[in-house]
Amino acid sequence: MIRVQDLTKRYARTVAVDNVSFEVEKGQIVGFLGPNGAGKTTTMRVLTCFLPPTGGEAEVAGFNVAQKPMEVKKRIGYLPETPPLYPEMEVIEYLNFVGRLKGIPKAQLAERVKEVSERCNVADVSTKLIGKLSKGYRQRVGLAQAIIHNPDVLILDEPTAGLDPKQIIETRELIKNLAGDHTIILSTHILPEVEQTCEKVIIINKGKVVATDSVENLTSRLRGSESVAVEVSAKDGELPAQNVQQRLEQVPGVSRVVYRTARDGKLRFEVESLQGRHIRPEIARSVVEAGWNLHELHPVAFSLEEIFLELTSSDKSAQASGATQ
Amino acid sequence: MTNIWIICRKELKSYFASPIAYGLMAFFALISGYFFYAATAIFVSRGMESQMMGRPMPMDVNEWVIRPVLMNVSVIGLFLIPMITMRLFAEEKRSGTIELLATSPVRDFEIILGKWFAALLMYIAILAVSALNILILFAYGSPDWRPLLVGYFGLILQGGCLLAIGTFISTTTRNQIIAGVGTFAICLLLWVLDWVTAFETTATSKVLSYLSVVTHFEPFSKGVLDSKDIIFYFSVIVFGLFLTARSMESLRWRS
Ligand SMILES: Nc1ncnc2c1ncn2[C@@H]1O[C@H](COP(=O)(O)OP(=O)(O)OP(=O)(O)O)[C@@H](O)[C@H]1O
Ligand SMILES: [Mg+2]
Repeated sequence: MIRVQDLTKRYARTVAVDNVSFEVEKGQIVGFLGPNGAGKTTTMRVLTCFLPPTGGEAEVAGFNVAQKPMEVKKRIGYLPETPPLYPEMEVIEYLNFVGRLKGIPKAQLAERVKEVSERCNVADVSTKLIGKLSKGYRQRVGLAQAIIHNPDVLILDEPTAGLDPKQIIETRELIKNLAGDHTIILSTHILPEVEQTCEKVIIINKGKVVATDSVENLTSRLRGSESVAVEVSAKDGELPAQNVQQRLEQVPGVSRVVYRTARDGKLRFEVESLQGRHIRPEIARSVVEAGWNLHELHPVAFSLEEIFLELTSSDKSAQASGATQ
Repeated sequence: MTNIWIICRKELKSYFASPIAYGLMAFFALISGYFFYAATAIFVSRGMESQMMGRPMPMDVNEWVIRPVLMNVSVIGLFLIPMITMRLFAEEKRSGTIELLATSPVRDFEIILGKWFAALLMYIAILAVSALNILILFAYGSPDWRPLLVGYFGLILQGGCLLAIGTFISTTTRNQIIAGVGTFAICLLLWVLDWVTAFETTATSKVLSYLSVVTHFEPFSKGVLDSKDIIFYFSVIVFGLFLTARSMESLRWRS
């Protein structure tokens, strides 16, 4: 749905986006994660045809942003960093205006406006002047504006900035519900947001993509290995932790096994894999073959905080690249 | 076409959402009313003078009242233009709403034409106030209405030119005040260019005076429709709007 190839955007002095490539599948929610000044907004502005790329290609909904901007614009909904609102308009008036601007036929306009007002929880302020709304309500009107014409692709620049915790949860739910028929890119520097809302994450720093992966994979890839929590118990009788540990250590691809706790006869271990190995199927087979009960088997997620710091702090990445050479 | 109208209507709404529109109208009503009063007073006293001297001069309301009022209105118009155009693009750029317009499926020229039409309609609405004064003349006399119509047509053309220039200047900054002051300076310049003909008759002064919007208005105020002047005004409008379009494009490349 979105295909970005070697995209570069240079401002007068700064290179804001440097050779960025990524792809987003139809119906996916992708998080665009990066510290301040990473180039998130700039990338989004190129995708929405607001800024032309300096180099490289970007394709949205099958159309090149530089060659077919009109076709792209018809198919995107965009919530910029500051919601584009006219303070002198009433909410309903504003949504009518945007709806017409996006090409919704007059006959369907009232219905669409009503629908998005309800969906974004702004129906109760529909006759208020936008200039008099609180920050959170403005953000919601901004979101309503972005989805009014039911676009294929939604591009949301920090959609939850400035909302209170309850609204943040509501907005995330709303965004999740929109996925499926819409393809969504959202930018943020809030890490849990990506963990909770997105299927895929693109981490960007100083204009360069430092990682692209599913949230799960990224955590393991970062360590270069997978960390798995395993909980087993005996079918009947006692089960010495020693035995389980030995057996797990013999599973191919396992580098380390740590015994954690025992509770109600269930023994808990943390198993780390060798670089790039997927060990969960082997562990499951091994435990079952030994005749034990397998209660739990799941990857232990790294918090995104850790990943993020690791990937974006320049000292560490310098060390990392030094180590690989 | 629909898109132009959508943008135009939105602009008109925001003009009338602020008290500035009403303020401008009231101010203009006052000042054009004053000119009208002064012109009529002169006309009346001259008329009485010539009667007392016993040699009645042929006196013409069009020549003595309508024409000076139109000339004055055209000059006051110069001061109105910046107030109408300054916010058109500068405000959208400042508040970030330009991102909405620029990422919606509308073309740049539709945005520009929509905004320019709205400015023109606003200007015409303000002019209409001065026309009310002149209607009084019809109640008490019978001035020729054709030159009056031509005069207002000229005012609208002249306004259209300056509004196109003002629209262009508004795209160059995100500060309304700067846009307003810049437009005012250009309007002033285009007005005073005409003065050089008063003391110079060289080729340069002819060119300068040709560029003055006021020079081209003079025939209109006399009720004369000249295709030369109409063409001049239309070319300036097209040129101004063309510059606006180029400026909008270059903004994307630079910013
Ligand atoms: N209009 C502009 N002119 C010049 N440089 C710009 C412009 N906009 C952004 N930049 C620069 O480009 C770089 C990327 O900025 P961008 O706004 O894309 O970052 P961001 O990831 O959205 O950051 P934030 O999290 O703060 O929103 C920054 O170094 C910024 O200074
Ligand atoms: Mg940003």
